[in-house]
Amino acid sequence: MKQSITLGKVTKFMGLGFLTTLKDLFTGKLDKEDFKSFLRKVVVPIVSILLFVGLWHMGAKTLYNIEADFKINKALEERGQAAADAEAACIASGNVTCQPNSLPSPAQVWDSYKSLLRDHSTISADKAAFKEKTAALNEKRIAEGKNPIVYTGRPSFVDQIFRSLKTVFAGFLLALVIAVPLGIFIGLSPTLKSAFNWFIQIFKPVSPVVWYLLVFMIVKTLLIDSSEDSSFTISFISVGLCSMWATLVNTAMGVSSVDKDYINVAKVLKLGTFQKIFKVILPSSLPLIFTGLKITISVGWMVLIAIELLAQSPGLGTFVWEEFQNGANDSNAKIIVAMFVIGIIGFLLDRLMLTIQNSVSFVKTDAI
Amino acid sequence: MSTITTNTTTKGYVENGIFPSNDVMLDLKNLKKVYPTPKGDYVVLENLNLQIRKEEFVTIIGHSGCGKTTMLSMIAGLNNISGGNISVLGKHIKGPGPDRGVIFQAPSLMPWMTSLQNVLLGVNQVFPHATKAQRNDIAKYYLQKVGLEDAFHKKAADLSQGMQQRVGIARAFAIKPKVLLLDEPFGMLDSLTRGELQDILIEIWNKEKITAVMITHDVDEAIFLADRVVMMTSGPRAKIGDVLSIDFERPRTRKAVLEHNDYYKYRKHLIDFLEH
Repeated sequence: MKQSITLGKVTKFMGLGFLTTLKDLFTGKLDKEDFKSFLRKVVVPIVSILLFVGLWHMGAKTLYNIEADFKINKALEERGQAAADAEAACIASGNVTCQPNSLPSPAQVWDSYKSLLRDHSTISADKAAFKEKTAALNEKRIAEGKNPIVYTGRPSFVDQIFRSLKTVFAGFLLALVIAVPLGIFIGLSPTLKSAFNWFIQIFKPVSPVVWYLLVFMIVKTLLIDSSEDSSFTISFISVGLCSMWATLVNTAMGVSSVDKDYINVAKVLKLGTFQKIFKVILPSSLPLIFTGLKITISVGWMVLIAIELLAQSPGLGTFVWEEFQNGANDSNAKIIVAMFVIGIIGFLLDRLMLTIQNSVSFVKTDAI
Repeated sequence: MSTITTNTTTKGYVENGIFPSNDVMLDLKNLKKVYPTPKGDYVVLENLNLQIRKEEFVTIIGHSGCGKTTMLSMIAGLNNISGGNISVLGKHIKGPGPDRGVIFQAPSLMPWMTSLQNVLLGVNQVFPHATKAQRNDIAKYYLQKVGLEDAFHKKAADLSQGMQQRVGIARAFAIKPKVLLLDEPFGMLDSLTRGELQDILIEIWNKEKITAVMITHDVDEAIFLADRVVMMTSGPRAKIGDVLSIDFERPRTRKAVLEHNDYYKYRKHLIDFLEH
């Protein structure tokens, strides 16, 4: 009993309340009163997911058939009946060389997902073997003051995910470090607000691509002497600059709209400026600051893909772009896998922020 | 009505008159408040004169919107003075300060702090040279006084309205102000809780005897708590309409007050004023 209360609290805290309902189902604690909410919270989502997969399957099949018919007809027109029959037979046999290139079906995507995981374990094994092999040599090289030999093989899909996460967190930290203090100053001072307002209004809607180009222009010059790859630096700065606006605006709004009662209390008690900011204004604007930070991390994750793609910085964006250029028969399926991974990670990042928000702020926010 | 006024006059002072200056804690002279509007100035208060003596508890009643709260927030220093002046112990006030503690209508606690932290916020400010333990003791003493000894470490957001207002009372007394300003502090509470809080307030006040000015809409509350009830005329250009001395002995109990012969006379006086 006690444990279930804790679990319930934790999952609700993290915006994952449906997990409790699911647990109650398996432990048989669900009574009739709860059954309706069980239907709504667990059954309805599962049914909608199944419906979605079914529609996707049928849609993919239709698109596949259109492509296949087109191929056969083309063969018929250009090379006659025999070629068309051969084409049809080839497609039916499942031979990879003549498969129509259309929207992959759920089953194909699942297969690609498994193959990406297999690929990851192969590469990890390879890496481990490489490390073992070069361990002794590297020790010697370090002792001699030389750079150790590093693994330069192709990154696996999982490696790309972690690269992307690293980029988005670096970008998020940059946004946090710039936007929160700036937002506080803007919120506190009407003068600063009018100084910065035009700036915010103009730069907020600028597209990630343009931010990338701007950052590229600047960083390229700044790192002109460096032989290191600047793509990571450029992409995380671009992500930070694209995504910081929500935090900036929300922080400024939160700080400038602190409840008048709190300000009056601070005035009556004659709190000093620092105390007023840290004991009254900041805590009371935390909910809005966190709303901004939540938007920032979502926007950052969303623009990251486009920016990585442009910057050729390793990560999911590059992965998607390479698969698109690659054009292998399972490339499309891998792109869809990446799409789901991006979506799920975005969701988890949002929940992570919600959890942090609920642990530091006095207003408990429910998940939407 | 006239009989009561005569009564008080014979006791040696005049309603709304001039007291010996070393006896006066709070002095409002020709106070004026004007809000500029597009259609010209709107005069809320004009020619408002009021003297409140040391260790006196004054309640202020008047119709909604007559400017009671404006007057109180001017005394608190949260609202600018358009004309005349306000002085505490003979010194004109400039802006807000902890010598005038305020209990707001909404409890106005920082919801992210515990009740102890809320009280300490003021205590730390007023007693910067006391040790941490001493300041803690002061805060805890007043929280005990308002009956919150079990809720030191509860977040203000988790307390009921009544409990929050208790913290508000503790916070105001803990900074040991010269004047305590109460802006309808129990207006948002149910009548049972209101009664409890009135008892708590008057119990602490009996001990501390801090000069208090309290706005209320409740005639019974006004009589039960006050040494004098100040009636304000309806705005615009509101001023002091009448002052009624309540000559019950202190410490008072609710029962004794209700059973006192003068109680209904006072009550009738106030209601007559409000209805005209």
